[in-house]
Amino acid sequence: MSTQISSPPTPPTPKSEPQASPTAGRWLGYLGLLGPAGIWLGLLLVLPTLVLFELSLVPGLEPGGLVNPSGLENYLRVFEPVNLLVMKRSLFFAGGTTVICLLLGFPVAYWIALLAPTKWRNLLLVGFVLPLWTSSLLRTYAWITILRYSGVLNTLLTSPNPWLSNLGLPTIPRLELLNDWPAVLIGMSYGYLPYMVLILYASLEKLDRRLLEAASDLGANPIQTFCQVTVPQTMPGIAAASLLVFITGLGDFVDPELLGGDSTMTISRLIYNQFLKTNQWGFGSALSMVLIMLVSIAIALLLKFGDRSAAS
Amino acid sequence: MAKSQLRVQRGFLWQGLFTLLMFFFMYLPILVLALYSFNQSRYSASWEGFTLAWYQKLFSDARILSALQNSLTVAFCAVGVSAVVGTLMAVGLARYRFPGRSLYRGISYLPLIIPDIAIAVATLIFLAVIQIRLSLWTIVASHVVFCLAYVGLIVSTRLADLNPHLEEAALDLGATPFQAFIKVLLPQLMPGIISGCLLAFVLSLDDFLIASFTAGSDATTLPLEIYSRIRTGVKPDINALSVVLMLVSGLVFLIAESIRYQSTEKRLK
Repeated sequence: MSTQISSPPTPPTPKSEPQASPTAGRWLGYLGLLGPAGIWLGLLLVLPTLVLFELSLVPGLEPGGLVNPSGLENYLRVFEPVNLLVMKRSLFFAGGTTVICLLLGFPVAYWIALLAPTKWRNLLLVGFVLPLWTSSLLRTYAWITILRYSGVLNTLLTSPNPWLSNLGLPTIPRLELLNDWPAVLIGMSYGYLPYMVLILYASLEKLDRRLLEAASDLGANPIQTFCQVTVPQTMPGIAAASLLVFITGLGDFVDPELLGGDSTMTISRLIYNQFLKTNQWGFGSALSMVLIMLVSIAIALLLKFGDRSAAS
Repeated sequence: MAKSQLRVQRGFLWQGLFTLLMFFFMYLPILVLALYSFNQSRYSASWEGFTLAWYQKLFSDARILSALQNSLTVAFCAVGVSAVVGTLMAVGLARYRFPGRSLYRGISYLPLIIPDIAIAVATLIFLAVIQIRLSLWTIVASHVVFCLAYVGLIVSTRLADLNPHLEEAALDLGATPFQAFIKVLLPQLMPGIISGCLLAFVLSLDDFLIASFTAGSDATTLPLEIYSRIRTGVKPDINALSVVLMLVSGLVFLIAESIRYQSTEKRLK
């Protein structure tokens, strides 16, 4: 694997005299190649996270405020009923989005990977995930246009419909989807469906088709084949895709904020408010640490059960 | 056998229809924005005639244009730094085995998976603690963190597919390690570096959350401007802006895909 011929893969020994040129070159290589990124990540990712953790232990911290003795008060506040409800709601949105994306995304990925004509597969996949390249903020804004009270959906639904009135049916009332949880679920599912399809596709593409034929020849009906062959064979991909959607959904801010109302407060929105509205940095830091911990648990599950090649 | 084939056909049909429906779902919001960017009506969702007024309004909107300029500055700087630093990092991680290597790699990929809000908050606190004033450059610094991860990831994938003997051959033929890097390794990595950069560029242009925590008061980027406008309702000139941005990012995507396609073609030959 080592691409260097001049330096044999000896363990780096802490030598002080630089006359052994391969070793010196090796150290120079380390510094030149890994130094810049290491410094940048250390300064702007690792150190800030450590500071975040430290400040989460300072109760009542405000920008420019007095430094209080450290304690666990911020974390205890997370477990107050109001905030616990916010956590539960965040988990509900992330979990609901995962389930919806899985139900909608699996047939799509299955069709593109196994049933569509071979030469169209790449094009279909690329076409499906193309909307990801447009601004996420604007895609959410599009859903506002569609779902709002006087929006596209309601205008279409309530426009005079001779078909319905001939049948003597009442006109459909306007749907109040925006500013509540249905809009948030729609927006989040829309945003994460391409990721789900991409990862499921990678997993389904590797599925051994002969297994499906064998199951069918041995008398299994399509449902049995699906439950006993397709799903178990692609389980790592399903797990990876679901956990990734769950993790991303847990940290989503834009959808709950723009499509939801006061009743869709999530952990990300709560963190945002602590820093940019109410200036309670200590509590905000504790919430951030809790979010990072929840995500870490999901990552640990991903590494344990997920298909690593599919996840990357 | 015939029976199972019939089943496959039926599966093909209904799943195909469902896929078509999902394609419609994916493109519906984009079509709606595009359609309404030409609608004369300001508030209502009904069609009241064709107009280009919203595009005219957009291109004479000084705030949008200066926000766009800020966004482009941030994206070009962040991607420029990440291209160099990220490529070096990917090469370093592929070349050396050292204690803490997987920790280094893990940390460099963290921004791909840790929620943006956590990174944004941590960066804000850190900048406040070391008393650095927020500006356009603090956005650049924080964008480099996640751009680095994407460039590093894509270049690493490319590196894993390369023939390591070419660089060894260059060294054997008397090239210095530096020459071998510039003349042999770098050209081979170029497709990976470019597609990594394009992805990072689009993500940097799209970032709202990190910028909203690290932007100085005079450094409004395009997503920040869009956000503050759509908070207060539906604006037809934002529809026009969406269409322009979608066309641009669609173009960037096509370039990225064709580079990727050409490089895989070349490798297969």
